[in-house]
Amino acid sequence: MTDMIAKDGVEAETVEAVKSLSGKYKYGFSTDVEIEYAPLGLSEDIVRLISEKNDEPEWMLEWRLQAFERWKQMKEPDWAMVDYPKIDFQDIYYYARPKSMSEDKPKSLDEVDPKLLETYEKLGIPLKEQALLAGVEVPDGDRKVAVDAVFDSVSVGTTFQKELKNAGVIFMSISEALKEHPDLVKKYIGSVVPQSDNFYATLNSAVFSDGSFVYIPEGVKCPMELSTYFRINAENTGQFERTLIIAEKGSSVSYLEGCTAPQRDVAQLHAAVVELVIQEDAEIKYSTVQNWYPGDENGKGGIYNFVTKRADCRGDRAKVMWTQVETGSAVTWKYPSCILRGNESQGEFYSIAIANNMQQADTGTKMIHLGKNTKSRIVSKGISAGKAQNTYRGLVSMHPKAENARNYTQCDSLLIGDKCGAHTVPYIEVKNNTARVEHEATTSKVDDDQLFYCRQRGMDEEEAVALVVNGFCKEVLQALPMEFAMEAQALVAISLEGSVG
Amino acid sequence: MLNIKNLKVGLAEEDKQILNGVDLNIGEGEVHAIMGPNGSGKSTTSYVLAGKDGYNVTAGSAELNGENLLDMDPEERAAAGLFLAFQYPVEIPGVGNMTFLRTAVNAQRKARGEKELTAGEFLKIVREKAKSLKIDAEMLKRPVNVGFSGGEKKRNEILQMAMLEPKMCVLDETDSGLDVDAMKLVAEGVNALRDGKRSFLVITHYQRLLDHIKPDVVHIMANGKIIKTGGPELALEVEQNGYADILAEVA
Repeated sequence: MTDMIAKDGVEAETVEAVKSLSGKYKYGFSTDVEIEYAPLGLSEDIVRLISEKNDEPEWMLEWRLQAFERWKQMKEPDWAMVDYPKIDFQDIYYYARPKSMSEDKPKSLDEVDPKLLETYEKLGIPLKEQALLAGVEVPDGDRKVAVDAVFDSVSVGTTFQKELKNAGVIFMSISEALKEHPDLVKKYIGSVVPQSDNFYATLNSAVFSDGSFVYIPEGVKCPMELSTYFRINAENTGQFERTLIIAEKGSSVSYLEGCTAPQRDVAQLHAAVVELVIQEDAEIKYSTVQNWYPGDENGKGGIYNFVTKRADCRGDRAKVMWTQVETGSAVTWKYPSCILRGNESQGEFYSIAIANNMQQADTGTKMIHLGKNTKSRIVSKGISAGKAQNTYRGLVSMHPKAENARNYTQCDSLLIGDKCGAHTVPYIEVKNNTARVEHEATTSKVDDDQLFYCRQRGMDEEEAVALVVNGFCKEVLQALPMEFAMEAQALVAISLEGSVG
Repeated sequence: MLNIKNLKVGLAEEDKQILNGVDLNIGEGEVHAIMGPNGSGKSTTSYVLAGKDGYNVTAGSAELNGENLLDMDPEERAAAGLFLAFQYPVEIPGVGNMTFLRTAVNAQRKARGEKELTAGEFLKIVREKAKSLKIDAEMLKRPVNVGFSGGEKKRNEILQMAMLEPKMCVLDETDSGLDVDAMKLVAEGVNALRDGKRSFLVITHYQRLLDHIKPDVVHIMANGKIIKTGGPELALEVEQNGYADILAEVA
């Protein structure tokens, strides 16, 4: 029963949050700090410059240059169901950092430019080591969240480092990790998403500027939630971050990721790579609330979000769970995947993708079953409103050695209005006849009768839509950590404002 | 309480008139029943009062305590005290019954400038009211009306009514699809809400519901008009002779 009270409280808060926001993109402000840019465009010199700024070991530079050479030979993929003006890769800044984060880099968060700290405060991200994300009360008290804050191309700081260190956990920006734990980075970087993987991953390999690094040693249960908060601030700048998480034998960690950007008229590029390495009996839970600026209602501006995320379950009984709430970006191209290599390893993918106005989302997952008795589960909820297009694209692949592998896929689409579209593109490959694959798909509309019913009981139209849509997404919202579930519920409602009536 | 004058209503999408001048006055604390054959405009009357899309009001007025209902959004009518128990309660997958109720209660309280109920306060009240309608904790947790039996859906409507404490309750064929026991339970729920101030408009095909919810006034509706008004005995007359005699008499 107590559980119910908490959940109940959550929804009330959602409604509260929605009302207070009146439908504008809440994170559209920009921070006025002096920014140091690398020269415009992309060349070998830029790649060298980024490496130099981060004071990297020689092998890292070599690796970047290799990637850059490859990238020059590659073609931008066009198979996704998204349509956007051609990106001029020479008209982007590949590196931007606040001047205050330069040479005399602050040694601790206390020394960071107050303007930067203020930005995170405004975003509700605690960089002081308070126990909780701002404005969120969790009934069971003392849960902590450690935060790595990435601002444009650099990490501003990481909280709770000491406490984590005592537990043996390494959580720092990847640029720092390259200095402090170069061997670990060298061993794992590119081992899940190879340099040559795809156009955007290869670009990222050449020019990534920062990101987060997590290492959980054998047998350690990470004592708190870890999270990275990505903020794009500078104009005309791409953000290319790289996240690498390693969970050793028997360890576990829950990691959260959030993203926002200012409201600007010109589209901006974000191309990230996330690699997860999961050893025997280890478990990673990776949650994303993606709320990049989606562009205005005519499709002007917004973030182009091209992301490669992959988890490699290397050991037996390794487990990974991807949960994503994709509400922002003008264009989303993202397929968090699971390689189920270890026997009995498990992959789960829970997704809510919302596209309103002129947004386009092409997202899904890949479940690659290599080991015996591997299991995967996909629950995808796509919501389209306005003139948006929303595509689920997924691959379930059962390899010859995947004896008794199982997959269950559920793909539900919800349409609001009659100018939007929902598409489902499932690919299934089965090369072992003991494997079992189940796929269920539904498409429904937010029904006028449902809305009238809610309104007759006293809710206004937006409240009614939020309630119905949150109901539709419930299975996925439940998969999120409590702190994010509340934010996500509010987001679902906000993203759909103005979608009816 | 409720004053309807010469209400004329057509469908928005096609050229069809459904209500042809309905007049109805329900005083504080009164229970009125509307009976009538299929297609006479009974349900349309309830939808138009509640503000459902798809209808055009071409003439007349409808006021609740002097306020013009027809100018308000559905949620404003609800906050003003109008409640409609649906003939076919709508399913909302994934939304807990309790969440739905609390969101509704607090939306109305807020609209009226009252303090919202906390989770604890709400829970206490809802449990009490659910008990008398034989609605268990399990049913409160389930998604709104999803997988509910006919009887459960109607009991749930009455629970919503009890929680929202409206001034004017319209029950649209609440007896349809109910067996005798379920109907008794629903009727008891309604009777418990009769406090001398709250008014009711009970729409039904059959007299049997009126055995349990005793009306003060009975109206017969046909072809979008109220053609005859009387006391409870009028319902019995319909029960015995059908509508044919009354229709003939008026014609």
